[in-house]
Amino acid sequence: MIRIELEKRAQHSAIFSLTSPLIALVITAVLGAIMFLMLGKSPTAALYSYFIEPLTEMWSIHELMIKAAPLILIATGLSVCFLSNNWNIGAEGQFILGGIFGSALPIMYPEFTGPMVLPLMLLMGIVGGAAYATIPAFLKARFSTNEILSSLMLVYVAQLFLDWLVRGPWRNPEGYNFPESRTFHADAVLPEIWFASGRAHWGFVFAILIAVLMWFVLNKTLKGFEVRVLGLSPRAGRFAGFSSNKMIFTAFIIAGGLAGLAGISEVSGAIGQLRPVISPGYGFTAIIVAFLGRLNPLGIIAAGLILALSYLGGEAAQISIGVSNKVSAVFQGLLLFSVLACDTLIHYSIKVVKSARGKAAL
Amino acid sequence: MKKFTKTILGAAAFSLLAGSAMAADAKACFIYVGPIGDFGWSYQHHQGLLAVEEAYGDKVETAYLESVPEGADAERAIERFARSGCNIIFTTSFGYMDPTNKVAAKFPDVKFEHATGYKRESENVATYSSKFYQGRYIQGQIAAKMSEKGVAGYIASFPIPEVVRGINSFMLGAQSINPDFKVKVVWANTWFDPGKEADAAKSLIDQGVDILTQHTDSTAPMQVAEERGIKAFGQASDMIEFGKKTQLTAIIDDWAPYYVERVGAVLDGTWESHDVWHGLAEGNVAMAEYSNMPDDVAAMAKETEEKIKSGELEPFTGPIKKQDGSDWLAEGEKADNGTMLGMNFYVEGVDDKLPQ
Amino acid sequence: MTPEIATAIFLTIATAATPLLIAALGELVVERSGVLNLGVEGMMVMGAVTGFGAAQITGSAYLGIVAAIICGALFSLLFGILTLSLATNQVATGLSLTLLGLGASGMIGENFIGLPGVKLKAIEIPLLSDIPVIGKVLFSQDLIFYISILLTIAIWYFVFRTRAGLTLRSVGDNHTSAHALGINVLKVRYLAVMFGGACAGLAGAHLSLVYTPQWTENMTAGRGWIALALVVFASWRPLRIVAGAYLFGAVTIAQFHAQAQGVAIPSQLLSSLPYIATIIVLVLISTNKRMTMKNTPASLGKPFVPDR
Repeated sequence: MIRIELEKRAQHSAIFSLTSPLIALVITAVLGAIMFLMLGKSPTAALYSYFIEPLTEMWSIHELMIKAAPLILIATGLSVCFLSNNWNIGAEGQFILGGIFGSALPIMYPEFTGPMVLPLMLLMGIVGGAAYATIPAFLKARFSTNEILSSLMLVYVAQLFLDWLVRGPWRNPEGYNFPESRTFHADAVLPEIWFASGRAHWGFVFAILIAVLMWFVLNKTLKGFEVRVLGLSPRAGRFAGFSSNKMIFTAFIIAGGLAGLAGISEVSGAIGQLRPVISPGYGFTAIIVAFLGRLNPLGIIAAGLILALSYLGGEAAQISIGVSNKVSAVFQGLLLFSVLACDTLIHYSIKVVKSARGKAAL
Repeated sequence: MKKFTKTILGAAAFSLLAGSAMAADAKACFIYVGPIGDFGWSYQHHQGLLAVEEAYGDKVETAYLESVPEGADAERAIERFARSGCNIIFTTSFGYMDPTNKVAAKFPDVKFEHATGYKRESENVATYSSKFYQGRYIQGQIAAKMSEKGVAGYIASFPIPEVVRGINSFMLGAQSINPDFKVKVVWANTWFDPGKEADAAKSLIDQGVDILTQHTDSTAPMQVAEERGIKAFGQASDMIEFGKKTQLTAIIDDWAPYYVERVGAVLDGTWESHDVWHGLAEGNVAMAEYSNMPDDVAAMAKETEEKIKSGELEPFTGPIKKQDGSDWLAEGEKADNGTMLGMNFYVEGVDDKLPQ
Repeated sequence: MTPEIATAIFLTIATAATPLLIAALGELVVERSGVLNLGVEGMMVMGAVTGFGAAQITGSAYLGIVAAIICGALFSLLFGILTLSLATNQVATGLSLTLLGLGASGMIGENFIGLPGVKLKAIEIPLLSDIPVIGKVLFSQDLIFYISILLTIAIWYFVFRTRAGLTLRSVGDNHTSAHALGINVLKVRYLAVMFGGACAGLAGAHLSLVYTPQWTENMTAGRGWIALALVVFASWRPLRIVAGAYLFGAVTIAQFHAQAQGVAIPSQLLSSLPYIATIIVLVLISTNKRMTMKNTPASLGKPFVPDR
């Protein structure tokens, strides 16, 4: 019997920090090629569709930014939560509430126009997401209610609330009673970055700016230190004079606020109205992005782009080589597994050993 | 040796096929909101794609994307199709309405067909829908004949006009046989969740209904009905395999005739924008075999089906009152298109409050 | 309400609760060992498709169950190798496992669509099933229902009353000291993870062989997530999982009955009741901080790498 053994490196490997994603890519390509061969498809054509085709055209790069923006924004906020040991898995709900709060203005007061509309909407989006995230934070701080459960359950409640709104009070009066709100007027639409070349909107710029800012805060300031210390050991944090109850609120409010901003940016920039469903699961995918980016906002930018690419590539492959979206999902799973596995190389050296010793240990 | 020749022939056929695929005269593309394996809405649209392949063979190339979420992803998917050489793109869910029109404005040479919507902002967009409610009327009549208790259970998905039309039509059909017939409506808030639909079905049966109809997509309610020994109607596709002793009939969404016709129009250059509502007469709605019922009931159902096909009978013809007792349609008056499209009220007799 | 209707309603609730209960029990053992596997949904849907397929091919629902259990365990092994041997992040790996499971099950099940499944027959336990009401409710059910009840008791006994259970808990509470005591932490965790996978597979088989005997893509429809939440809800205690699963099932069914009775409340609000109820009940029972802390596996989600 052969076993895998890990040996912790004295220092984490700088070389593997940079090369592990590349090794993962190679592994994914090999595994993917085998899978496509088994399905009777040309591996080169398939891999081209996945990794190259979406990047060959300007409009498609815009689409990549649209897809990546919410993932990066949400994951950046979540990194604060996860670093400080707050298991917020309800970003999907906070995203939805951000979309709802921000949309209140153009839907309820469509006659109110002008340059103030958009900033107010974004602000309300942040408030909506943050307020919704305060619920699990409050329950955790006050009643020590587990936040995994409360934040997850609130996702379903948010989805149903949005559903009720767009089918009921916020339904478009001129829309033949179909479940969607009125379309936003021009002042309420987040503008495109470079109008001529594609439809990517300012949400992507927000995402990058905020991620960079967060990287600075987390790595270069006392507040960032506080987040880490409380995450590693609440006891040690208390000795240092940090309050873990306060940190619960801070982390949830930051994560909720950014998810809310992502929500209203998506609604205002990419959709242009409220619909019964405004997120294809961004809040959950962003959890993967956060960890794929090693909870480092700069890494999260890269991870968000890679995951967005895998969605676009999956679509391209469905069209150009005719695989089903199930194959795309499996391929995406392989990619994620490879990236995660290769990250192990950063902290550990991997040894394959024969098991004489292992058996004794069992 | 035989095997060898076969392989060679196969390879030759393959290269021929590949060659002719290159030379296809048109490319037809389809976007589905669910997986093609839902055995409901998206499955039936995909059957339409297969019919197009069957009808035109090498002349038409096809492609599809499944489980495309409504919203930002839909616009990208449609645009990708438009850029990848599709000549006609079918967007098969209501939520694709605005993305379809946005992309259509950018690609005037590509034809767009949007299902169940009403916006045609440029000349290359057509809309199509289906008069499923015609089938519901027949179901209502059968239910009124077959139910001993005079109460049917109705598993509804979401309160959109399409579903409300169905409930009203079912009610009108039932009332034409038994004016006191009752319908219990339960909203499942999902199009597709077999478990939840089964729960809804069981709850309705426990509440005393002895006939079940559904406007959700899975076959679960049919199976529950079979298990509990009551009768039920299938939805979207023929579900007889799931309820051999149970299914009375099913409303089958048959998109094949329409898709074959429209792709044909692209091939011979006669495609034009329009807004059509096809029904039983055009074959867009088909009734599964009338089974598990006495001959006279089946005969009645067939007669109604023929009358609807010939245009002699239209379910929404006055006199009809609204649920609150106010007059809607006068004797002989027919509902106008706008009201039909946006129907958000019940007719008299429905025992439920319509979510507003 | 007549006894017949009460019985029927209980049976409906039991069917809705059983898959949640089994999947949650499996995940409880996993989490008690200190591992957080968020891939329950993916393992469950894999169990559903293999269970359906094996029953379809062999014609026996029982072989379907066996296949689903094996498939669930093997699929979870993938998670185990990554998170245990390679010490990858458990949250991200679990979520990826769900993605992979949903995709792979769709691929496997392409040819099963539209086929009526093999339904698992109810087993009437002699004599006991003749008792009025209770007999129908408890002793005329299918095999998986009985397993779910036995499993609850067995896991409760195992976790709290056996030496092996103590080992499991000590690994989950403090893997470093467990290791120092000579316990093979990774072996315990491997076994726990595979047990969790087997349970999720069985829960999936319940969906495709009992609940709704058919295969359709994504037929789990989020039940794996509810199972995960139930483990937390139960503060990692087996008997509370039963309460949670049945409470969740009951509120779900109750809202349909309310609708059929014509209660004029928006159906979305009724649909959200199970989720809200779960939160409220947890708040009520989690106010006792010390109890909660005592039951939460302290090493949950943290990787362990033995040093020699």
